[in-house]
Amino acid sequence: MVALPGENTPVEPAGYADDGKPGFFARWFYSTNHKDIGTLYLIFGIISGLIGGFLSFMMRMELAAPGIDYFASEHQYLVYVSMHGLIMIFFMVMPALIGGFGNWFVPIMVGAPDMAFPRMNNLSFWLLPTALLCLLISFFVPGSASGNGFGGSWVMYPPLSTTGSPGPAFDFIIIGLLAAGFSSIFGAINFITTILNMRAPGMTMHKMPLFAWAVLVTAFLLLLALPVLAAALFMLFTDRIDGGTGFFDPARGGDPQMFQHLFWFFGHPEVYIMILPAFGIVSHIISTFSKKPIFGYLGMAYAMVAIGVVGFVVWAHHMYTVGMDVNLKAYFLAATLVIAVPTGVKIFSWLATMWGGSIRYSIPMQWALAFIFLFVVGGVTGVMLANAGVDAYLHDTYYVVAHFHYVLSMGAVFGIFAGFYYWFGKMFGVQYNKWLAGAHFWLFFIGVNVIFFPQHFLGLNGMPRRYIDYPEEFAIWNQVSSFGAYITLAGVAFFFLMLIEALLISRRRVGDNYWGEGATTLEWTLSSPPPYHQFNVLPRIEDNKDEH
Amino acid sequence: MKSPRNNTTIIAAVLAVLIALVTFIGLVTIGLGGERGMGMPADGGYFLQDAATPVMEDLTTVHNMVFYWISGITAFVMALMVFIMIRFREKANPVPSKTTHNTAIEVVWTIAPVLILLFIAVPSMQLLYFQDKLPETEMTVKAVGNTWNWSYTYPDLENIDEIISNPLDEIQAKAQGKPFLLGTDAQLVVPVDTNVKVLVTSINNMHSWTVPSFGIKMDAVPGIINETWFRATREGVFYGQCSEICGIKHYYMPIEVNVVSKAEYARWVANDGAFTTSVAQINTDNTLIGSGQTAAQK
Repeated sequence: MVALPGENTPVEPAGYADDGKPGFFARWFYSTNHKDIGTLYLIFGIISGLIGGFLSFMMRMELAAPGIDYFASEHQYLVYVSMHGLIMIFFMVMPALIGGFGNWFVPIMVGAPDMAFPRMNNLSFWLLPTALLCLLISFFVPGSASGNGFGGSWVMYPPLSTTGSPGPAFDFIIIGLLAAGFSSIFGAINFITTILNMRAPGMTMHKMPLFAWAVLVTAFLLLLALPVLAAALFMLFTDRIDGGTGFFDPARGGDPQMFQHLFWFFGHPEVYIMILPAFGIVSHIISTFSKKPIFGYLGMAYAMVAIGVVGFVVWAHHMYTVGMDVNLKAYFLAATLVIAVPTGVKIFSWLATMWGGSIRYSIPMQWALAFIFLFVVGGVTGVMLANAGVDAYLHDTYYVVAHFHYVLSMGAVFGIFAGFYYWFGKMFGVQYNKWLAGAHFWLFFIGVNVIFFPQHFLGLNGMPRRYIDYPEEFAIWNQVSSFGAYITLAGVAFFFLMLIEALLISRRRVGDNYWGEGATTLEWTLSSPPPYHQFNVLPRIEDNKDEH
Repeated sequence: MKSPRNNTTIIAAVLAVLIALVTFIGLVTIGLGGERGMGMPADGGYFLQDAATPVMEDLTTVHNMVFYWISGITAFVMALMVFIMIRFREKANPVPSKTTHNTAIEVVWTIAPVLILLFIAVPSMQLLYFQDKLPETEMTVKAVGNTWNWSYTYPDLENIDEIISNPLDEIQAKAQGKPFLLGTDAQLVVPVDTNVKVLVTSINNMHSWTVPSFGIKMDAVPGIINETWFRATREGVFYGQCSEICGIKHYYMPIEVNVVSKAEYARWVANDGAFTTSVAQINTDNTLIGSGQTAAQK
C-alpha cells in the first residue's frame, strides 16, 4: 500500500548486521521478538492441526460405512468429535492466523519495531502449549462412566458437561480453555496497543494495511468475547463441584439455556475472530497479484468493523430450537441476514480489485481465489440457516456441518495457507517449490469439496450431527465424504514435502520483494527474512495521491 | 492490439454466462430433483424429506425460494470470477488499471443484497410465526427425553399408560421390518388431520425431539417445558432422530410417530392404547413397504 521513498530509507546503526540474536534456548524459549514468537505460533498451529486433523480423519474413517468399525466405544467417538472442534478452533486456526501471521506482520505493516508488550507476547504464546497439554491430558483421564475423555462436544452444554461428565477430564478442558482464553486476551491487548499507538509517522488509521485492520477488529472481538467464555466456563466449574453452585442446574433454580446464551455470546464473535484475519490476508494477496491497490479500501475496512459489531448481536441464531420466544427469533433472523451485506461488500470488492488488473496465478493467489469461491458457498448456506423457520429442519444436521466447514475448514484454513505461501519467502528467506505447492493446493481443494459438499445432501436428507452410526440410507454420501478425506490427506502430505524440500533441501534464496510491483506493504521493503530488529529508524509514510 | 483484447473479452463473457447457466441449472435440478424421503430419509437422497404437515409444506416452500436465490448468487459470483480471471489475466491485460473507487457500483452492491434479503425475510418471517403460533389444539402429547429413550404420555387420556419408546437393535429391527436406528418398539400414536400439541422436556441431559417430515425440532431441556404443534395431513409412520447431543447413545434414541385414521385412533384409545392384533399386523406390513400408505388404503 505504501512505497518508501528513497530518501527516507532507514540508516542502520552500527552492530545491526549481527542482529544481536541470543542463543538457541534464550531465543526460542524466552523469546520476546515478535517474529520469533510468530514462528513459534505457526509451528504450534501446524502441530495442533496435525492432532485435530488426525481426529477428524478417524471420524471420517468411522463414518465411511454404517456400523461401528474403528472406535472402541461410542464415548471415544464423541471425545474425538469434541476435541477435534476445540483443538482446531483454539489451537490451530486462532494461533496460526492471529498469533502467527498477526505477530509476524502486524508490527511490520504498521511500521513498528516490535509488539507493544514483548514479554506479555511471550506469555501469550507459552500459555498455549500449557493449555493444549491440559486438553491432551483430558483424553486419558476419566470423563464419565463411559470412559476417558470428555464427550460433550465443543459447545459443552450442561447438564451433559456437569452431571453428565463428572470425571476430571472436563475439568482439564476448563483449565486448558481458560489458559487459552487468557493467552488470547493478552494477545488482543498487545495487538490493540501496538496498532493504536505504534504506527509509524504518517501511517494514519486510514492508510493502515487491511490485515492490520482485520487483526485490530479481531483483537477487540477477542477482548470482549473471551471474558464471557471464561465466566461461563468458571460457572460450569463451580456447578460441577458437589454442593457447589447451581447456575445451570434447574433442580437448584438454575437454567441450562443460560449457558447456551453465554456460550454463543462468545461463540458467534469467535467465528468472526477466525475469519476476519483471513479476510485481511486475502485482500493483500488479491491486490498484490492483480497489481492493483485494493478496491474500496475504506469500505473494506469498515465492512470488517460492521461484521465485528453485528457479530455480537446475532448469537442466538445458534439456538433457534431451544424454545425461544418467537419475536426474539424474528429479531435474530433479521440481524443474521444483515451480516450478508458487509460480507457481500467484501466479496464484490475483491472481485472489483481484480477487475482491470493484470492477474498472475501464483500459488497464494490460487488459495485466495479458492477462498473467495468457498466462502461464497459457505456464506450462502449461512443465509439459508439464518431463516429460523427452515432451521427447525436443518438445525444440528450435517447441513450445518457442511456450512461451517465451508467457511472455516475451507475459509479460514484457505486463508491460512494463502498467507503461508504469500509470506513463506519473507518469513524463511527461501522459496517453496511451486509444483509441490501446486499439488498441495489442488489435492486439498478437491479433497475438502468432496468431503463437505455431500454433507449438504446428508443434512437435507435429515442426518443429525455427532452420530457414530446412521441408517443405511445415508451410506452413499458418507462414503463419498470419507473418500474426500483421503484426497485431503494426500494434499497434507504434499504440504510437508513442500516444507522439507524448501527449508531443508534446496533453500532457494529470495529477494526483498519477490512478488514485484503489486506488493506494496512495508514488509516488502525489508530483507527476506527481515532483520532480527527492524525499523530502528522508523519509516515515514508519505502522502500519496494515488492511494485508494 | 485491439482485436485480441476484444476476443478475450468475448470468450470470457461467453464462458462466464455458460458457467453461470450450468451452475444455476445444475444446482437447482440436482438440489430440488432428488428423491424425497417418505417419513424417513431416502436412500442416497439429497433433498428435504416429503412434507406431512402444513408447517413442513411452508418450510419446503421457503427453503426452495431461498435455494433459488443462493444458487443464483453462487452462479453469478462464479461467472463473474471466471470472466475476470480470463479477461484480466496477465497475458490478456499486461497493464493494470489503477481504479480504486466507483461510488455508484459500491452503492449498488450494498443495496442489491439488502433487497434480496428483504425478499427472503418476508416469507421467512411468515413461516416462523406460522410455525410458532399454536392453533386451537385438539389433543396434547408429552414427549420426555431420557438417556436414552423417549417416553410419551397423553395428559388428556387417563387410560393410556406412559409409552416408553426404546430403539430396536439390528436383529429386532430386521425382524419387524423397520429401519435400524429409526425403528422403535413403541410408537407415538396420533390421529390424522388433528392439531396436536407436543410438550417436550427432559429428565436429565438435553435432547431434541425431531420429526423431519413434520418440520419439527424442539429441544428437550430439563426444567423447561417447550411446546410445539403439528397437524399430520397423511397417515403413515414418520421417523426422526434425537438432534441434541445427549451422551453416548445420542445416535440411538429414534423417534417414531404413527399417524392413523381418526377411527383407528378412537379404537386404539378405546383399547387402552393397543391395536387389535390384525391392525398391528397391517401396520407392520405397512412399514415394510414404506410409510405414507394408510392401513385403510391397503
